[in-house]
Amino acid sequence: MTTITPDIIKDHGLTPDEYERIKSHMGREPNLLELGIFSVMWSEHCSYKSSRRHLAKLPTKAAHVICGPGENAGVIDIGDGPDGVKLAAIFKMESHNHPSFIEPYQGAATGVGGIMRDVFTMGARPVANMNALRFGAIDHPKTRHLLSGVVAGIGGYGNCMGVPTVGGETNFDAGYNGNILVNAMCVGLAEQHRIFYSAAKGAGNPVVYVGAKTGRDGIHGATMASAEFDDASEEKRPTVQVGDPFTEKLLLEACLELMGEDAIIAIQDMGAAGLTSSSVEMAAKGGGGFDMDLDKVPQRETGMTAYEMMLSESQERMLMVIKPEAEAKAKAIFDKWGLDFAVIGHTTDTGRLVIRHLGDIQADMPVPPLADDAPNYDRPYTELAKPEPLADPRVTIQEALITLTAEKSAEEMGTLAEALIDEKLSGMASVEAAGWSATHGKAELYVRLDANAGADAIADLTKAAENLAETGMVAEASADLNTQEVSLADQPGGDTMLVALANLLGTPDLCSRSWIWSQYDHTVMGDTVVPPGGNAAVVRVHDTTKALAISTDVTPRYCKAAPHEGGKQAVAETWRNLCAAGAEPLAITNCLNFGNPQRPEIMAQFVGCIEGMAEACEALSYPVISGNVSLYNETNGQAIPPTPAIGGVGLIEHVQHTARNDTANAGDTLVALGITRGWLGQSLYMRDLFGIEDGAPPAVDLKAERETGEFIRKIIQDGLPTAVTDVSDGGLLVAAAEMAMGAGLGLMLTTPVKERRAAYWFGEDQGRYLVSVPTDAADNLILKASMAGIQATKLGMFGGEDIVLDDEEMIGLIDLVDIHQGTLPALMTPNKETAPMPMAQEDIKSMILEALPDAEVEIEDLAGDGDHYKARIISAAFNGKSRVAQHQLVYKALKGKMGGELHALALETVAKQ
Amino acid sequence: MKSCVIVFPASNCDRDAAVALEQATGQKPDMVWHGETSLPDTDFILLPGGFSYGDYLRSGAMAGRSPIMQDVVKKAEDGVPVLGICNGFQVLTETGLLPGALMRNAGLEFICGMQTLQVANTQSRFTRGLSDRAFVDFPVAHHDGNYTADQETLNRLEGENLVAFRYVTNPNGSSRNIAGILNEKGNVLGLMPHPERVISPLLGGEDGTAFFATALKEFG
Repeated sequence: MTTITPDIIKDHGLTPDEYERIKSHMGREPNLLELGIFSVMWSEHCSYKSSRRHLAKLPTKAAHVICGPGENAGVIDIGDGPDGVKLAAIFKMESHNHPSFIEPYQGAATGVGGIMRDVFTMGARPVANMNALRFGAIDHPKTRHLLSGVVAGIGGYGNCMGVPTVGGETNFDAGYNGNILVNAMCVGLAEQHRIFYSAAKGAGNPVVYVGAKTGRDGIHGATMASAEFDDASEEKRPTVQVGDPFTEKLLLEACLELMGEDAIIAIQDMGAAGLTSSSVEMAAKGGGGFDMDLDKVPQRETGMTAYEMMLSESQERMLMVIKPEAEAKAKAIFDKWGLDFAVIGHTTDTGRLVIRHLGDIQADMPVPPLADDAPNYDRPYTELAKPEPLADPRVTIQEALITLTAEKSAEEMGTLAEALIDEKLSGMASVEAAGWSATHGKAELYVRLDANAGADAIADLTKAAENLAETGMVAEASADLNTQEVSLADQPGGDTMLVALANLLGTPDLCSRSWIWSQYDHTVMGDTVVPPGGNAAVVRVHDTTKALAISTDVTPRYCKAAPHEGGKQAVAETWRNLCAAGAEPLAITNCLNFGNPQRPEIMAQFVGCIEGMAEACEALSYPVISGNVSLYNETNGQAIPPTPAIGGVGLIEHVQHTARNDTANAGDTLVALGITRGWLGQSLYMRDLFGIEDGAPPAVDLKAERETGEFIRKIIQDGLPTAVTDVSDGGLLVAAAEMAMGAGLGLMLTTPVKERRAAYWFGEDQGRYLVSVPTDAADNLILKASMAGIQATKLGMFGGEDIVLDDEEMIGLIDLVDIHQGTLPALMTPNKETAPMPMAQEDIKSMILEALPDAEVEIEDLAGDGDHYKARIISAAFNGKSRVAQHQLVYKALKGKMGGELHALALETVAKQ
Repeated sequence: MKSCVIVFPASNCDRDAAVALEQATGQKPDMVWHGETSLPDTDFILLPGGFSYGDYLRSGAMAGRSPIMQDVVKKAEDGVPVLGICNGFQVLTETGLLPGALMRNAGLEFICGMQTLQVANTQSRFTRGLSDRAFVDFPVAHHDGNYTADQETLNRLEGENLVAFRYVTNPNGSSRNIAGILNEKGNVLGLMPHPERVISPLLGGEDGTAFFATALKEFG
């Protein structure tokens, strides 16, 4: 027998104090198996020993809560289904961070598999998967590998299960370089009279193992998930489990079939800590004991020890206690689905866990201390300083004006200007941007210089212009420097507002996620009403007129700057997303991802976020019904930003009252609801365009939040808005642009303020929505809003093919869509070759006809150079599609055949009626 | 009319297919378990999407050799209409009822999204109800949808007008943009896109409603 040494205790993640406690519970020295069982049950992952006392602060009750935290998943009442059967929504979110960092495909896949098991264990058919993903900086060497692996893994598992992955969120931040977050959420539907719990009440009932066989995979996964990482973490790859979605699909169907019979007393999935945690938790909740013979466990490998079997995290397994008389019936169902079914023991009234193997008793230990008397630490935490609001930053911008004169046509002057930019200016480090205009005899070049560019730079420019003059190509050349200081609240440095918008829409955090969600089957089950890409995802409750709205949110940079405010905001943002879909928010689940709780500053983040969440849940009557805590998310002492991911679920009573963000019509007026003060602290505008990460995050006024959300739901039910979105990352202009891109419509905007215009458009004040309404109903909406005490501001009107701001600047919607949708694919396949290739007019025509055989095509060579064409295409394929969608159809059809320079083809598309 | 849906252990579009068939015929289809050896009396057989037996080997390979498929092949040869959608199309190529194979997508990734399809054959019994529209929008959701066959087969399919649907914007590298093909007799159709997912304006479209309504009327 192995002697328990201090090293063995340490390797099991236990402290000397904890070991002493174990000895006193046992009344003797534990053996290695018993120590292993204690170590996983007392791991942070299973025992919540650092978090329990703080989790207790979260509100968990409401009239519609059927089952709160503590079971495999939480349960809420969603009213009557077909034939008056009472329905429930069952959901939970869980982390699979550490395994996904080590082996992204399997880590993410088994995370999805695990959360689905949690949901169907309770009697629910999973109907929607969601996720919340955080990766390191997009240019970090590991990020592409991790992102593509995680996305493929989530898809690989969910797609095979036939459960749609309907949405989620993804952020990129260097704070996750060494520790990504993969949080998976699953929502299921059950009939209220068929909900199953894990309390194994009664003695002498068979303990049944079903599903996949047990192997040596994932041993000590829960302990790994409760420790920090270092550079050697990849050596932990053997602790990652391998998923088999086919077996899980069989397990799902078999369990649901058995649940239709009167057979199950208790059921629990074997997730983290496998057979150990499932048996201990079932016995503890039932107030009894388990006596199990491991020789009866279906095994994939030979020669496994009791220790290995009890700590294995092989996937796709369930433990059940069934009624003795139902055994034959239950076995027949699992036989039909081709799954193992083994009675491995029975329940007892001794309160002890007895493990037999090879004819001997290998462990005999008291159940209650394993589950309920685990350590409960009050970890110290520091008081965090409250950040000050960000004072509007000022920057110096330096612009140079180069004037060229010569007795030449405007076109020739333009060519000269372009040549100067291409040959010289674009190669200068201090030049940030350059543009030109030309008239007969004169060209002007506008050059924006780096704020730090000094006299040298202007001397260089002057020299370049003079060199040009010396060639005799121009008569005179001069360069003038103009320096001015601007407030970033007034204007985006030297850029115009719409250029800043385009830049933001091309950042990793704000670009389209379609590269991700197009790898998830999001329409299987035939109930997806709002697919990924909108606000909340919406799935219909099958065979009813109801629908569920689901949203996952958190803004880690807010949580890092001010944990309490950040915790509040995360809850409020899901609430807002659900309201924007027209849903009544009912409850949340969460996944609380933090660093090492033994560090007081991390513990302070944790406590702050929880207390902020609690305040928001209380104020919004929005209880927590399930959740998961993931601590020790750090590598080499570098903790992740605090990330309490929230998953909110709401109910839409009549699915036709679902609001979307992409359904504005031409001629609709855009109205902002809520107060915009232009809060720039912690905004993406500041962080991603100017590298400023200072200041307090925006505060959430929970009373106003609630009033505005209720107002939004009311007007959606009244059928007033044609489209609705909440306003979050990036502020009003980003939200407005997303509505425009979604609808495939341009937008004419007017800035309603004279000062701090950029802050108005890019500030991230909370509690705001944008709605589109038919213009003749806009005043009615504003009147209703003001009667409800909610500020409503007209911002513009939908129509055309450009976004136009204050009649001063414009950007083509299609260009914006290209930036928004092209960013992630380009980042993920950076070496894609794009070879521009001049083409003959006839070739273009025949390629269009190949894709659209019904088309009438006219092609015009714009510049006479065989490189710039305009095509007018009339086809029935365009019917019912927006202009943007029509153009994308043509561009995609020609992709790969025309090289990269598709923009040399100007399009006019016409639907054939 | 009586229709049926074949259910493999990891079929996952079986319910969706049943909903679409019931909507079109007014009658619930029979759900036929893969382990059965004979089909019930039926006027229309649907092989739904999913992963049949996990598809770890080759999509549809094991399903093509499952007990029930022997009777499906026999009925197809007798002229009973058979529609294979997605995994069902893969299974049909594995049984030899349709030529060619569905290889891994050219981009190597699973793809899910709406596709505009050209109705390439407007004469077949499956598709002539769509002759008033040149295009339909059906979603795809697959990892192995890259239709591949030798040049001779492709020429024959085109020459005999057996290509039923083509992608406008080829998402998966399929030869000659092929999204769906017919057998010579015109009673077997395999297609990668999912018409059963667009049977309500609420779910993003109704082109599937038109497809099922007209096809089932033809065969009814």
